[in-house]
Amino acid sequence: MADYSSLDIRQRSASTEQPPTIRSHQEVAKLIDVSKCIGCKACQAACEEWNDLRDDVGVNTGVYDNPHDLTPKTWTLMRFTEYENPESQNLEWLIRKDGCMHCTDPGCLKACPSPGAIVQYANGIVDFIEENCIGCGYCIKGCPFNIPRISEVDRKAYKCTLCSDRVAVGQAPACAKTCPTGAIMFGTKEAMIEQAHERVEDLKSRGFDHAGLYDPAGVGGTHVMYVLHHADQPQLYNGLPKDPRISPLIAFWKGGAKVFGLATMGFAALAGFFHYVTAGPNEVAAEEEEEAIEVEKAAKNGPTNGTGTGAAARPH
Amino acid sequence: MAQQPMTTPTDIRDGDTRPLREVKAETPEVIYVPRYTGVQRVSHWITAILFTLLTLSGLAMFTPFLFFLSGLFGGGQATRAIHPWFGVALIVSFAFLFFRFWRLNIPNRDDVEWSMKIRDVVTNREERLPELGKYNAGQKGVFWGQTLLILVMFFSGLVIWDQYFYQYTVIETKRWALLAHSLAAVIAIAIIVVHIYAGIWIRGTGRAMVRGTVTGGWAYRHHRKWLRQMAQKRTARGPADKRGS
Repeated sequence: MADYSSLDIRQRSASTEQPPTIRSHQEVAKLIDVSKCIGCKACQAACEEWNDLRDDVGVNTGVYDNPHDLTPKTWTLMRFTEYENPESQNLEWLIRKDGCMHCTDPGCLKACPSPGAIVQYANGIVDFIEENCIGCGYCIKGCPFNIPRISEVDRKAYKCTLCSDRVAVGQAPACAKTCPTGAIMFGTKEAMIEQAHERVEDLKSRGFDHAGLYDPAGVGGTHVMYVLHHADQPQLYNGLPKDPRISPLIAFWKGGAKVFGLATMGFAALAGFFHYVTAGPNEVAAEEEEEAIEVEKAAKNGPTNGTGTGAAARPH
Repeated sequence: MAQQPMTTPTDIRDGDTRPLREVKAETPEVIYVPRYTGVQRVSHWITAILFTLLTLSGLAMFTPFLFFLSGLFGGGQATRAIHPWFGVALIVSFAFLFFRFWRLNIPNRDDVEWSMKIRDVVTNREERLPELGKYNAGQKGVFWGQTLLILVMFFSGLVIWDQYFYQYTVIETKRWALLAHSLAAVIAIAIIVVHIYAGIWIRGTGRAMVRGTVTGGWAYRHHRKWLRQMAQKRTARGPADKRGS
């Protein structure tokens, strides 16, 4: 999707080149204040509008979520949870805007085998460059939040870009621009954290003792953050992981296993070469050819002659 | 017949010397023993070609250092799309090999002795090794190792073949499959490197898979029990084939 010419890159998938780093950068972040969300889905509509996506008509699964999951054409989604608070006996409608969290340590980028198919800009946005995507789906396995989706149409991975094209020219993402209650805010990461702390303080004064900011350290912090009324139980919000991090399986596969693999294959080849230059080839001697003829003759004249079944001289 | 040294020692560490060049008055008579049929050779080479294609396309997706190999297959998307189909073809061609050869690869007592004397094996002291049937323990190891690893790669490959099987497993299972698939692959590739090297090291082996025959001397040196069995079977039919396939 994105043309990254106007944004500096910090990390590029499957690449060893060091991107330019002389400019100093401010990290940006989107702050989603769940306590202010009314579930109107204007953000979903704005996302489709700006990114020129029209998802297929789906099916109703009995809940308000529509569509019921993220798709290659639905990059953000309101997820509705009805929660009966055991302390207050109140029914709480917890509505979380799901989508890419733009991790500082992105599992998708770590897993990606294709150079430059996933980049992280210096401002913190993680973007898929679909031209370079090979459709292997490794990003899906790398992501701790289950966000990327592979299109059935072109076998390429898609997800929220945090409107990198808008951000590059000083605009806020479409969802933040359109949110009628101001539940979605956008600015520098620093400013957003400050804003979140104000909101958390306010929520605490209103009886939400466990209100807090969701900026999980396991993935180095994220560039999409939530203000949650129950920050101690993020799972309440439709399974938002409590302590997300890159799966150790993925970390090993892309770390130790790769080194082990290259070393094993290289060692096998080198061992063969050095064996040859030390022990040398194993050659048949002329005497052995003669012995074989003797074996053949002995079999012909020997006592076992004639026991053959006639099926005979085929290999084994 | 008298027990006399039958081999020309090729290892100078045992203290023997040997002439720099064998003096050959006349062309020595050589018999050829059939080892693989045409169908078996074709099955083997189809499997070998597929394994090579799978190695090249798989390594492209294994590490960024080798991503350039995807260029051999027409780019990343094409490599990703064709790799699993190579795998499907390989499981079919390998199945032929498996059902033809599994009985001959059942380990026996000689394999234990051979394995204990692995030092003599790698230093070419063939005369110290037991007489063997059609395969030695190393060859059997290649056979069973590849059988196991190909099965692991086939099933883990299905789990990560998102185009057709995405919906049948959860992401955590796919992560395990990715890891198992790549570890099995690197071990399988290492085994094949050893397999190819053995064909270079043990002179005269190559013609078994190219022409279908080996020389009598090769069989006598490396698989004497097998040579005797074959000789007895052959006498029922006629003289050994001297044309060499």
